[in-house]
Amino acid sequence: MFQFESINDFIQMGGHGYYVWSAYLISLSVLIWLVVSPLQRKRKFIQEMIRQQRREMVRQDASNT
Amino acid sequence: MWQWFHRLGSPRWFYQASGKWLSWLSVLAAILLCVGVTWGLGFAPQDAKQGNSFRIIYIHVPTSFLALAGYYVMAIAGAVGLIWKMKLADMVMKSAAPIGAVLTFVALVTGAIWGKPTWGTYWVWDARITSMLVLLFLYLGVIALQYSYSSQEAASKASAVLSLVGMVNIPIIYKSVDWWYTLHQPATIKFTEAPSMHPDMFQPLLVMILGFYCFYAVALILNTRVEILHRERRTRWVHDLVAAQSNSAQPNQNDSSSA
Repeated sequence: MFQFESINDFIQMGGHGYYVWSAYLISLSVLIWLVVSPLQRKRKFIQEMIRQQRREMVRQDASNT
Repeated sequence: MWQWFHRLGSPRWFYQASGKWLSWLSVLAAILLCVGVTWGLGFAPQDAKQGNSFRIIYIHVPTSFLALAGYYVMAIAGAVGLIWKMKLADMVMKSAAPIGAVLTFVALVTGAIWGKPTWGTYWVWDARITSMLVLLFLYLGVIALQYSYSSQEAASKASAVLSLVGMVNIPIIYKSVDWWYTLHQPATIKFTEAPSMHPDMFQPLLVMILGFYCFYAVALILNTRVEILHRERRTRWVHDLVAAQSNSAQPNQNDSSSA
Protein backbone atom coordinates (compact mmCIF):
# COMPACT_ATOMS: atom_id res chain seq x y z
CA MET A 1 0.00 0.00 0.00
CA PHE A 2 1.26 3.48 -0.87
CA GLN A 3 2.39 5.14 2.35
CA PHE A 4 1.68 8.75 1.42
CA GLU A 5 -1.57 10.61 1.06
CA SER A 6 -0.57 12.88 -1.80
CA ILE A 7 2.30 13.53 -4.19
CA ASN A 8 3.22 16.59 -2.14
CA ASP A 9 3.30 14.44 0.97
CA PHE A 10 5.55 11.99 -0.89
CA ILE A 11 7.99 14.76 -1.83
CA GLN A 12 8.00 16.23 1.69
CA MET A 13 8.65 12.82 3.31
CA GLY A 14 7.48 14.15 6.65
CA GLY A 15 10.19 16.82 6.73
CA HIS A 16 12.95 14.45 5.63
CA GLY A 17 12.43 15.00 1.90
CA TYR A 18 15.61 17.00 1.49
CA TYR A 19 17.76 14.20 2.91
CA VAL A 20 16.02 11.30 1.20
CA TRP A 21 15.82 12.89 -2.24
CA SER A 22 19.35 14.26 -2.24
CA ALA A 23 20.70 10.81 -1.29
CA TYR A 24 18.70 9.15 -4.06
CA LEU A 25 19.57 11.76 -6.70
CA ILE A 26 23.29 11.66 -5.96
CA SER A 27 23.23 7.86 -6.17
CA LEU A 28 21.23 7.88 -9.39
CA SER A 29 23.62 10.27 -11.12
CA VAL A 30 26.63 8.26 -9.98
CA LEU A 31 25.14 4.97 -11.21
CA ILE A 32 24.35 6.51 -14.59
CA TRP A 33 27.91 7.76 -14.83
CA LEU A 34 29.28 4.28 -14.03
CA VAL A 35 27.49 2.85 -17.07
CA VAL A 36 27.86 5.77 -19.48
CA SER A 37 31.58 6.38 -19.01
CA PRO A 38 32.81 2.92 -20.18
CA LEU A 39 30.41 3.08 -23.14
CA GLN A 40 31.82 6.46 -24.12
CA ARG A 41 35.39 5.26 -23.74
CA LYS A 42 34.60 2.28 -25.94
CA ARG A 43 33.09 4.50 -28.63
CA LYS A 44 36.11 6.78 -28.54
CA PHE A 45 38.46 3.81 -28.79
CA ILE A 46 36.65 2.37 -31.82
CA GLN A 47 36.54 5.72 -33.60
CA GLU A 48 40.24 6.21 -32.95
CA MET A 49 41.03 2.74 -34.30
CA ILE A 50 38.90 3.30 -37.41
CA ARG A 51 40.76 6.54 -38.11
CA GLN A 52 44.07 4.74 -37.67
CA GLN A 53 43.06 1.90 -40.02
CA ARG A 54 41.96 4.37 -42.69
CA ARG A 55 45.29 6.20 -42.45
CA GLU A 56 47.11 2.90 -42.90
CA MET A 57 44.98 2.02 -45.91
CA VAL A 58 45.73 5.35 -47.55
CA ARG A 59 49.44 4.84 -46.93
CA GLN A 60 49.32 1.33 -48.44
CA ASP A 61 47.47 2.60 -51.50
CA ALA A 62 50.06 5.30 -51.96
CA SER A 63 52.96 2.84 -51.79
CA ASN A 64 51.27 0.41 -54.21
CA THR A 65 50.91 2.92 -57.04
CA MET B 1 38.87 -28.03 -15.40
CA TRP B 2 42.15 -26.48 -16.46
CA GLN B 3 40.91 -26.08 -19.97
CA TRP B 4 38.02 -24.01 -18.61
CA PHE B 5 40.45 -21.97 -16.54
CA HIS B 6 42.57 -21.16 -19.58
CA ARG B 7 39.59 -20.29 -21.69
CA LEU B 8 38.31 -17.92 -19.02
CA GLY B 9 41.75 -16.38 -18.90
CA SER B 10 41.61 -15.50 -22.56
CA PRO B 11 40.56 -11.87 -22.97
CA ARG B 12 39.16 -12.59 -26.40
CA TRP B 13 36.91 -15.37 -25.13
CA PHE B 14 35.74 -13.17 -22.24
CA TYR B 15 35.00 -10.28 -24.57
CA GLN B 16 32.80 -12.42 -26.76
CA ALA B 17 31.03 -14.28 -23.95
CA SER B 18 30.42 -11.18 -21.81
CA GLY B 19 28.62 -9.51 -24.71
CA LYS B 20 25.89 -12.11 -24.32
CA TRP B 21 25.76 -11.86 -20.51
CA LEU B 22 25.46 -8.07 -20.63
CA SER B 23 22.01 -7.90 -22.16
CA TRP B 24 20.18 -10.04 -19.62
CA LEU B 25 22.23 -8.79 -16.68
CA SER B 26 21.40 -5.17 -17.44
CA VAL B 27 17.71 -5.95 -17.91
CA LEU B 28 17.71 -7.80 -14.60
CA ALA B 29 19.52 -4.96 -12.83
CA ALA B 30 17.15 -2.33 -14.25
CA ILE B 31 14.04 -4.28 -13.23
CA LEU B 32 15.29 -5.06 -9.72
CA LEU B 33 16.46 -1.49 -9.08
CA CYS B 34 13.22 0.07 -10.36
CA VAL B 35 11.07 -2.29 -8.30
CA GLY B 36 13.30 -1.84 -5.24
CA VAL B 37 13.36 1.96 -5.42
CA THR B 38 9.58 2.26 -5.88
CA TRP B 39 8.94 -0.22 -3.10
CA GLY B 40 11.45 1.32 -0.73
CA LEU B 41 10.48 4.95 -1.35
CA GLY B 42 6.73 4.65 -1.55
CA PHE B 43 5.47 1.38 -0.15
CA ALA B 44 7.69 0.26 2.72
CA PRO B 45 6.28 1.45 6.06
CA GLN B 46 8.12 4.32 7.71
CA ASP B 47 10.40 3.69 10.66
CA ALA B 48 8.85 4.27 14.08
CA LYS B 49 11.88 6.21 15.36
CA GLN B 50 13.53 7.65 12.26
CA GLY B 51 10.47 8.43 10.16
CA ASN B 52 11.08 8.63 6.43
CA SER B 53 14.81 9.32 6.58
CA PHE B 54 15.34 5.58 7.05
CA ARG B 55 14.45 5.12 3.38
CA ILE B 56 18.06 6.03 2.64
CA ILE B 57 18.86 2.50 3.86
CA TYR B 58 17.76 1.17 0.46
CA ILE B 59 20.82 2.67 -1.16
CA HIS B 60 23.17 2.98 1.81
CA VAL B 61 23.24 -0.72 2.69
CA PRO B 62 23.49 -2.12 -0.87
CA THR B 63 26.28 0.30 -1.84
CA SER B 64 28.17 -0.53 1.37
CA PHE B 65 27.81 -4.24 0.57
CA LEU B 66 29.11 -3.74 -2.92
CA ALA B 67 31.93 -1.48 -1.74
CA LEU B 68 33.20 -4.44 0.31
CA ALA B 69 32.32 -7.17 -2.22
CA GLY B 70 34.03 -5.08 -4.89
CA TYR B 71 37.16 -5.03 -2.78
CA TYR B 72 37.14 -8.84 -2.64
CA VAL B 73 36.76 -8.96 -6.40
CA MET B 74 39.68 -6.57 -6.85
CA ALA B 75 41.96 -8.32 -4.36
CA ILE B 76 41.18 -11.83 -5.59
CA ALA B 77 41.64 -10.78 -9.22
CA GLY B 78 44.91 -9.15 -8.18
CA ALA B 79 46.07 -12.36 -6.47
CA VAL B 80 45.14 -14.51 -9.48
CA GLY B 81 47.00 -12.12 -11.78
CA LEU B 82 50.01 -12.17 -9.49
CA ILE B 83 50.18 -15.95 -9.04
CA TRP B 84 49.12 -17.32 -12.43
CA LYS B 85 50.07 -14.27 -14.53
CA MET B 86 46.57 -14.25 -15.95
CA LYS B 87 46.14 -11.16 -18.10
CA LEU B 88 42.37 -11.06 -17.78
CA ALA B 89 42.62 -11.03 -13.97
CA ASP B 90 44.84 -7.93 -14.15
CA MET B 91 42.27 -6.22 -16.35
CA VAL B 92 39.44 -7.12 -13.97
CA MET B 93 41.45 -5.76 -11.04
CA LYS B 94 42.09 -2.48 -12.82
CA SER B 95 38.42 -2.15 -13.81
CA ALA B 96 37.14 -3.00 -10.34
CA ALA B 97 39.08 -0.18 -8.62
CA PRO B 98 37.17 2.89 -9.89
CA ILE B 99 33.77 1.18 -9.52
CA GLY B 100 34.60 0.21 -5.93
CA ALA B 101 35.82 3.71 -5.18
CA VAL B 102 32.61 5.24 -6.54
CA LEU B 103 30.40 2.83 -4.56
CA THR B 104 32.37 3.47 -1.35
CA PHE B 105 31.95 7.18 -1.97
CA VAL B 106 28.18 6.76 -2.40
CA ALA B 107 28.00 4.67 0.78
CA LEU B 108 29.84 7.42 2.70
CA VAL B 109 27.77 10.26 1.23
CA THR B 110 24.40 8.57 1.78
CA GLY B 111 25.54 7.64 5.29
CA ALA B 112 26.45 11.26 5.97
CA ILE B 113 23.11 12.50 4.65
CA TRP B 114 21.31 9.92 6.75
CA GLY B 115 23.38 10.86 9.79
CA LYS B 116 22.16 14.46 9.80
CA PRO B 117 18.49 13.84 10.72
CA THR B 118 19.31 10.73 12.77
CA TRP B 119 22.41 11.64 14.79
CA GLY B 120 22.32 15.40 14.29
CA THR B 121 25.63 15.49 12.42
CA TYR B 122 26.90 14.67 8.94
CA TRP B 123 30.18 13.20 10.06
CA VAL B 124 31.73 11.59 13.13
CA TRP B 125 35.18 10.05 13.38
CA ASP B 126 33.74 6.76 14.43
CA ALA B 127 35.27 3.33 13.81
CA ARG B 128 32.88 2.16 11.08
CA ILE B 129 32.95 5.42 9.15
CA THR B 130 36.69 5.89 9.47
CA SER B 131 37.42 2.35 8.29
CA MET B 132 35.15 2.93 5.30
CA LEU B 133 37.10 6.10 4.55
CA VAL B 134 40.29 4.00 4.68
CA LEU B 135 38.64 1.65 2.15
CA LEU B 136 38.05 4.61 -0.16
CA PHE B 137 41.72 5.59 0.13
CA LEU B 138 42.79 2.01 -0.62
CA TYR B 139 40.74 2.08 -3.80
CA LEU B 140 42.20 5.47 -4.74
CA GLY B 141 45.67 4.12 -4.01
CA VAL B 142 45.15 1.22 -6.41
CA ILE B 143 43.88 3.62 -9.10
CA ALA B 144 46.88 5.89 -8.57
CA LEU B 145 49.33 2.98 -8.78
CA GLN B 146 47.81 1.91 -12.09
CA TYR B 147 48.92 5.20 -13.59
CA SER B 148 52.25 5.68 -11.87
CA TYR B 149 54.29 3.09 -13.79
CA SER B 150 55.23 3.21 -17.43
CA SER B 151 55.00 -0.57 -17.74
CA GLN B 152 51.58 -2.12 -17.30
CA GLU B 153 53.13 -5.23 -15.77
CA ALA B 154 54.78 -3.31 -12.94
CA ALA B 155 51.60 -1.32 -12.36
CA SER B 156 49.52 -4.50 -12.10
CA LYS B 157 51.98 -6.08 -9.69
CA ALA B 158 52.11 -3.04 -7.42
CA SER B 159 48.34 -2.56 -7.33
CA ALA B 160 47.77 -6.29 -6.68
CA VAL B 161 50.13 -6.13 -3.70
CA LEU B 162 48.44 -3.01 -2.35
CA SER B 163 44.96 -4.51 -2.68
CA LEU B 164 46.08 -7.70 -0.92
CA VAL B 165 47.69 -5.77 1.93
CA GLY B 166 44.54 -3.67 2.17
CA MET B 167 42.50 -6.80 2.87
CA VAL B 168 43.46 -6.24 6.53
CA ASN B 169 40.93 -3.43 6.57
CA ILE B 170 37.97 -5.65 5.62
CA PRO B 171 37.51 -7.52 8.94
CA ILE B 172 38.04 -4.21 10.74
CA ILE B 173 35.10 -2.72 8.85
CA TYR B 174 32.89 -5.72 9.61
CA LYS B 175 33.81 -5.86 13.29
CA SER B 176 34.07 -2.11 13.93
CA VAL B 177 30.50 -1.88 15.21
CA ASP B 178 31.18 -4.63 17.77
CA TRP B 179 34.71 -3.72 18.84
CA TRP B 180 34.26 -0.03 19.49
CA TYR B 181 31.52 2.02 21.03
CA THR B 182 29.93 3.69 18.07
CA LEU B 183 26.99 5.71 16.85
CA HIS B 184 26.62 3.43 13.86
CA GLN B 185 23.97 0.79 14.34
CA PRO B 186 25.01 -2.87 14.22
CA ALA B 187 24.57 -4.80 11.00
CA THR B 188 20.95 -5.07 9.94
CA ILE B 189 21.49 -8.30 8.07
CA LYS B 190 23.57 -11.24 9.19
CA PHE B 191 23.95 -14.50 7.37
CA THR B 192 23.71 -16.47 10.59
CA GLU B 193 20.58 -14.89 12.06
CA ALA B 194 17.17 -13.74 10.98
CA PRO B 195 17.22 -10.04 10.00
CA SER B 196 16.44 -7.58 12.78
CA MET B 197 14.07 -5.74 10.47
CA HIS B 198 10.39 -6.12 9.82
CA PRO B 199 9.78 -8.19 6.64
CA ASP B 200 7.87 -5.29 5.06
CA MET B 201 11.04 -3.19 5.28
CA PHE B 202 13.44 -6.05 4.65
CA GLN B 203 11.99 -7.40 1.40
CA PRO B 204 12.57 -4.22 -0.64
CA LEU B 205 16.10 -4.06 0.81
CA LEU B 206 16.76 -7.58 -0.44
CA VAL B 207 15.52 -6.60 -3.91
CA MET B 208 17.82 -3.56 -3.88
CA ILE B 209 20.82 -5.63 -2.81
CA LEU B 210 20.23 -8.14 -5.62
CA GLY B 211 19.73 -5.25 -8.05
CA PHE B 212 23.00 -3.65 -7.00
CA TYR B 213 24.86 -6.95 -7.41
CA CYS B 214 23.57 -7.21 -10.98
CA PHE B 215 24.40 -3.56 -11.58
CA TYR B 216 27.91 -4.10 -10.27
CA ALA B 217 28.38 -7.03 -12.64
CA VAL B 218 27.24 -4.88 -15.57
CA ALA B 219 29.56 -2.01 -14.63
CA LEU B 220 32.51 -4.36 -14.10
CA ILE B 221 31.96 -6.15 -17.41
CA LEU B 222 31.62 -2.86 -19.32
CA ASN B 223 34.83 -1.49 -17.84
CA THR B 224 36.72 -4.76 -18.37
CA ARG B 225 35.65 -4.89 -22.03
CA VAL B 226 37.08 -1.43 -22.70
CA GLU B 227 40.26 -2.42 -20.90
CA ILE B 228 40.51 -5.60 -23.01
CA LEU B 229 40.15 -3.63 -26.25
CA HIS B 230 42.85 -1.20 -25.16
CA ARG B 231 45.39 -3.81 -24.18
CA GLU B 232 44.68 -6.09 -27.13
CA ARG B 233 44.55 -3.31 -29.68
CA ARG B 234 47.42 -4.79 -31.69
CA THR B 235 45.81 -8.20 -32.07
CA ARG B 236 44.10 -9.54 -35.15
CA TRP B 237 40.69 -10.05 -33.49
CA VAL B 238 40.42 -6.46 -32.26
CA HIS B 239 41.36 -5.20 -35.72
CA ASP B 240 38.64 -7.41 -37.25
CA LEU B 241 36.15 -6.17 -34.70
CA VAL B 242 36.97 -2.55 -35.49
CA ALA B 243 36.84 -3.26 -39.23
CA ALA B 244 33.37 -4.76 -38.82
CA GLN B 245 32.27 -1.66 -36.90
CA SER B 246 33.74 0.65 -39.50
CA ASN B 247 32.00 -1.20 -42.36
CA SER B 248 28.66 -1.01 -40.67
CA ALA B 249 29.16 2.71 -40.04
CA GLN B 250 30.42 3.54 -43.51
CA PRO B 251 27.30 3.52 -45.76
CA ASN B 252 25.77 6.65 -44.27
CA GLN B 253 28.93 8.03 -42.70
CA ASN B 254 27.61 8.38 -39.20
CA ASP B 255 29.29 7.11 -36.08
CA SER B 256 26.22 6.61 -33.95
CA SER B 257 26.16 2.87 -34.60
CA SER B 258 28.84 1.91 -32.08
CA ALA B 259 27.48 1.58 -28.60
